[in-house]
Amino acid sequence: MLFTSLLIFLITQALPGDVARILLGREASQHAIDQLRAQLGLDRPLPVQYLTWLADFVKGNWGTSFSTGQPVRALVLSRLVNSLQLAGLTLVIAVPTAVAMGVIAALYEESWIDTLISLLSLSVVGLPEFITGLVLIQVFSFRLGWLPANSSIAPGTGFFAALPYLVLPALTATLVLLAYVARLTRASMLVELNRPYVRTAVLKGVRWRRVVVSHVLRNALLPTITVIAISFGWLISGLIVVENVFNYPGLGRLLTFAIARRDIPLIQAVALVAVLGFALANLVADILYAAFNPRITLR
Amino acid sequence: MSGEGAGPLVEFEGVTVAYRRGRRWTPAVRGVDLRIDAGVTYGLVGESGSGKSTLALALLQVLPPNGRVIEGTIRYRGRALDRLSAAARRTEFHRRVALVPQDPLPSLNPARTVGRQIEEVVDPSGRAGGGARGRALAMLEAVGMADPERVARAYPHQLSGGMQQRVLIAMALAGEPDLLVLDEPTTNLDVTTEVTILDLVRELVRDRDTAVLYVSHSLGVVAELCDRVAVLYAGELVEDASTRALFARPRHPYTQGLFDSVPRLGTTRRLVALRPIPGRIPAPTALPVGCVFAPRCPIAIDACRRAQPPLEPAGDGAVRCIRWREIEAGEADPHQAAPPSRVAATAERVDAVLDVVELRKHFLLRRSLAELVAGVPQRAVRAVEDISLTVRRGHTLGLVGESGSGKSTTARAIVGLDPASAGAIHVVGQQVDRVLERRPAIAIRQLQMVFQSSDEALNPYRTVGAALRRPFRRLAGLSRAEAGDRVRRLLQDVQLTADYAGRRPAELSGGEKQRVAIARAFAAEPEVLVFDESVSGLDVSVQAAILNLVSSLQEERGTGYLFISHDLAVVSFLADYVTVVYLGRVMESGPADRVLQPPYHPYTEALLSAIPLLEPGAERSHVRLEGEVPSPVDTPAGCPFHTRCPRVLGEICRTEAPPWRPAGDDHGVYCHIPLEELSAVQVPALRSERREGGGGGKGDRG
Repeated sequence: MLFTSLLIFLITQALPGDVARILLGREASQHAIDQLRAQLGLDRPLPVQYLTWLADFVKGNWGTSFSTGQPVRALVLSRLVNSLQLAGLTLVIAVPTAVAMGVIAALYEESWIDTLISLLSLSVVGLPEFITGLVLIQVFSFRLGWLPANSSIAPGTGFFAALPYLVLPALTATLVLLAYVARLTRASMLVELNRPYVRTAVLKGVRWRRVVVSHVLRNALLPTITVIAISFGWLISGLIVVENVFNYPGLGRLLTFAIARRDIPLIQAVALVAVLGFALANLVADILYAAFNPRITLR
Repeated sequence: MSGEGAGPLVEFEGVTVAYRRGRRWTPAVRGVDLRIDAGVTYGLVGESGSGKSTLALALLQVLPPNGRVIEGTIRYRGRALDRLSAAARRTEFHRRVALVPQDPLPSLNPARTVGRQIEEVVDPSGRAGGGARGRALAMLEAVGMADPERVARAYPHQLSGGMQQRVLIAMALAGEPDLLVLDEPTTNLDVTTEVTILDLVRELVRDRDTAVLYVSHSLGVVAELCDRVAVLYAGELVEDASTRALFARPRHPYTQGLFDSVPRLGTTRRLVALRPIPGRIPAPTALPVGCVFAPRCPIAIDACRRAQPPLEPAGDGAVRCIRWREIEAGEADPHQAAPPSRVAATAERVDAVLDVVELRKHFLLRRSLAELVAGVPQRAVRAVEDISLTVRRGHTLGLVGESGSGKSTTARAIVGLDPASAGAIHVVGQQVDRVLERRPAIAIRQLQMVFQSSDEALNPYRTVGAALRRPFRRLAGLSRAEAGDRVRRLLQDVQLTADYAGRRPAELSGGEKQRVAIARAFAAEPEVLVFDESVSGLDVSVQAAILNLVSSLQEERGTGYLFISHDLAVVSFLADYVTVVYLGRVMESGPADRVLQPPYHPYTEALLSAIPLLEPGAERSHVRLEGEVPSPVDTPAGCPFHTRCPRVLGEICRTEAPPWRPAGDDHGVYCHIPLEELSAVQVPALRSERREGGGGGKGDRG
């Protein structure tokens, strides 16, 4: 975490362009620029800048946005809530669908249904999000008129009020995850189905459905659980394209906004929150894996 | 045993089982006819590739997805199994049969407790309440678990291999099956564990009228347990007979060949050579015309190579050989030609080529952070504790012990791969460094090693020739042409043709790989060769050939061998001296014939009485070891064997290290029990075996 914070800091420092000059415009005098740099603390040595920044971040003082003049913290946190809502809904849609598809494909391996699921999921994953997103908008908003095409919700909208706006972006993100999770589930199901303990269960005279549900699934879903937990980290801050297509105010769009304006405090805050999200997701993945796998003991 | 009158439980009728590879179906088992009556214990014997496991899985209707019965019928209680509906197969067949497989761990669900998995046998739908639990605990107790409650709560990976196998037996018998199939259930276990498992199966099956199909590569185990035996070769049933008849006089040359390949306790290479079966089992895609065994058969005639012989009724069984009547009448000799037996090795004291003094190997355990803070002292695994041994020129020292005894660690420490923690190693009189890299080139050349698995020792991407040239070029500094010449001669020495130089390890059979590994070790012209379980993974007929080869190479070259094995019969065949180790410590050592004779160390006695004999109904000694080998982290104080010793004296064994009791001729034991008392013990089966001097199994005793 400390290392990535340093990395984020250095990368943002290496961004082309001088902040003060961008803020003041091309015609500003050298004197004005120097004054602003001193005011922002940009004239101090890099290690000092880094440590001050890190200490402030931990204390909750994330600074002020260069471009909007708002406090960074409030801005990032409200967007984080939006992102969490979108990520949560995506998982709720994606996980049961993908797992069901993977399990069915594995149980009927090499049958027409397996081929169909593979074809569907693979053809969808090949399409970029802005295409699938636009197709979904075309169908559900313009043709059917069921759901809004623009998801730019106001800050502070409650989850249920926001729900109609969330569905289309969540569906788009689902399509990205779906193929991956379904293929993984299918593969690990096939591995587990061929393990000798399945034979043991069959020889006990256990019903096939029960063999699958109570013996195979639990072992087969272990890798899937890990992948889902990790992808949650990506859903929080990696949905840049989806959020832009739908104009959804999440972290991803905030990041593109900040980068376009060289808004260093904002970039740093969003990036650090994103990394934190990834790290937490990984931790949760490991804990879940251990909890479901008696072969691993937590110490 | 019971078995009469109940009628056929299982019938195989012309059963052919095939596996699909790509679009082709290749038969692994062809046209098997067999009948198993209720209550009968049937042995199904064959080497790897014989199709014995395939036949067992086909019977249980649990072939892998690419396997299928393509011809013939298997009947259970008169009903064809392939015609049963899924529901009937589940309730009327699968609930009546059970399987104990070779690998226990993968056959248990890793995510469920052992208790729940056994309960499921009694209650497959999971609806019944507490009754199933009680039954599970009772079964765990019946298979000899000291603490059934604890085992029931454990997950499979928390148990040792022997305990996992007991759990599977408990699970198999919990449903009181009509038919119990055991597929090599003890192959991966130590002999002392194997014998307790066999006792257990025998005892549990005896009173229940359960039919047993016991699949095994080991004739000895089958002789111990079974009423009848079926012998499979290359997917065909070649002989079927009562155990007594089969062991008294095999009617098929292959069965005879199996008998002659097995080293027996007390027969050494100085007395007789083993008679291996030449050649190898044909691949299912390249079967010979006519009799499948004809290419390897010592008495094959032209008629054998023209048409497949039918399975003819013979005696109390059947045999698939057109010359069985001649064999039975003694007119045709089905024995393979015996290689010339060299009687050599005088008892002269020749000089030592390897001398190891008080070798010690400790692995330090890492402490957790909490232990570090609390100041818990660092603990060590005492894998090897003061082992001393001597290998003499042209002689073999056998090192015997169960898994966890420190045999392999000793081997690796001697050659310097995992350097010893303490002790001195002398190679041809010169003390060498404990670390391999710090040894002079000559010492490395003089001390070579043959590993257990040649798959790991041979680089899969290099040809045999390239692997063998390397030591000549590096250690002997020969030119390329000279080295190539030497490689050809070396291949000839291990009885491979020169064209093997161009092959890669993947193109070789297990026995051929081991020959190459032996050739590689000999390329350096070593003075001492360490064999670490080098024949353990091989089929008996191949193992016999390798043992003969190793033996004759020693005669020619005078190399000293350190031969490490868990198999006391193999060791006693090859070794002039034997050292028995337990928990990294020497228990007994001396000349081979003296170690196999009283006075025995109690541990040696237990090992000897655990070895299955090739005599059905032989009177057996009943020394059984209880429990598990203790962890080498907390080695018991006093005598390390006291926790399992059947003859433990009392306090003295628990507190004081046992003294060395010399018994003459370099023979001696570490034991508190006086020699006179140890001398009074005889392992009965061994006594009779020795008098026979290694002839065929006569089966007229008992």
